[in-house]
Amino acid sequence: MTESTLIAGGTDTPFVIAGRTLRSRLMVGTGKYRSPDEMVRALDASGAEVVTVAVRRVDLNRSKDDGVLPHIDPTRYFLLSNTAGCYSASDAVRYARLARAAGFNEWVKLEVIGDQHTLLPDTTALLEATRTLVGEGFVVLAYTNDDLITALRLEDAGAAAVMPLASPIGSGLGLLNQYSIRTIKHRLSVPVIVDAGVGTASDACITMEQGVDGILMNTALAAADDPVRMAHAMRLAVDAGRQAHLAGRMPRREVAVPSSPSVGMLE
Amino acid sequence: MMEMEQQSAVCRDGVVPVVNGEERTVAAGSTLGDLLRELSMNANAVVVEHNREIVRDRSRLDSMVLATGDSVEIVHFVGGG
Repeated sequence: MTESTLIAGGTDTPFVIAGRTLRSRLMVGTGKYRSPDEMVRALDASGAEVVTVAVRRVDLNRSKDDGVLPHIDPTRYFLLSNTAGCYSASDAVRYARLARAAGFNEWVKLEVIGDQHTLLPDTTALLEATRTLVGEGFVVLAYTNDDLITALRLEDAGAAAVMPLASPIGSGLGLLNQYSIRTIKHRLSVPVIVDAGVGTASDACITMEQGVDGILMNTALAAADDPVRMAHAMRLAVDAGRQAHLAGRMPRREVAVPSSPSVGMLE
Repeated sequence: MMEMEQQSAVCRDGVVPVVNGEERTVAAGSTLGDLLRELSMNANAVVVEHNREIVRDRSRLDSMVLATGDSVEIVHFVGGG
């Protein structure tokens, strides 16, 4: 629509994961929308290319459950299957293999959950599953906590991208530890994509200002009163945060410095 | 008692694999392909796991015969984050 008026800010490095250049730094989930139509319109408004999906049993007594694929144009979106809901390395590996057998791509957003209340990752099992799947040729994007050491180990294990959380899945608490995320980004060579916890546009903007390569979100869109408008807001916020990062912010000072000349004042 | 007799009568003509966690009686000699057709499912829209082995080559579905106690998982993609 008016995208060209948005940014005139110069060039950015391409966003590349495992050799694939992605056109958007915003990745979105497909869960929890009120209707497939609302989801389709939110995906469109987000400008995302990568969209996540989950593997589940088909409902045998199916009312009309045909899953999510009939609503997603595979020529427009890149499907990223997750292993959400898996609590062990072996379960996560099993789900990843099932997803790959669907035949779309070799990518997996690897989640191994360690605790039901916080949905925080089991990082030991995550590392184990990462090694197994990398060995089988998967492109592993590993959902992890905001711990540098785990992030480094995931990179060593062959993860194609590391996805530290901003805050717990579905919490909408925003970026709780800017320092950790910045540090992870500084130290890793593979892309860092913040996954989970973003609640509103300012959260996305602040997250991107830390210099990370992208953000993945789902509930922030799906649980908004108007998911389509929030998707648009997030698209702008991710761009704004990215541009602000590239622009380089002014230093923080504890004292005021006038913007107007202090000379030339009237007697 | 009546119920048990009926069940064993069914078992004589059929086999009972466990499909997505539920016992399901199908005719003896049924293949995974027959099961999908019975469930009105498009084989290309799902992934089938038979006794923990993923059926990667869908052309094999019509030659894989079901037995009582077989574990069959039929999955697809749903919305998720």
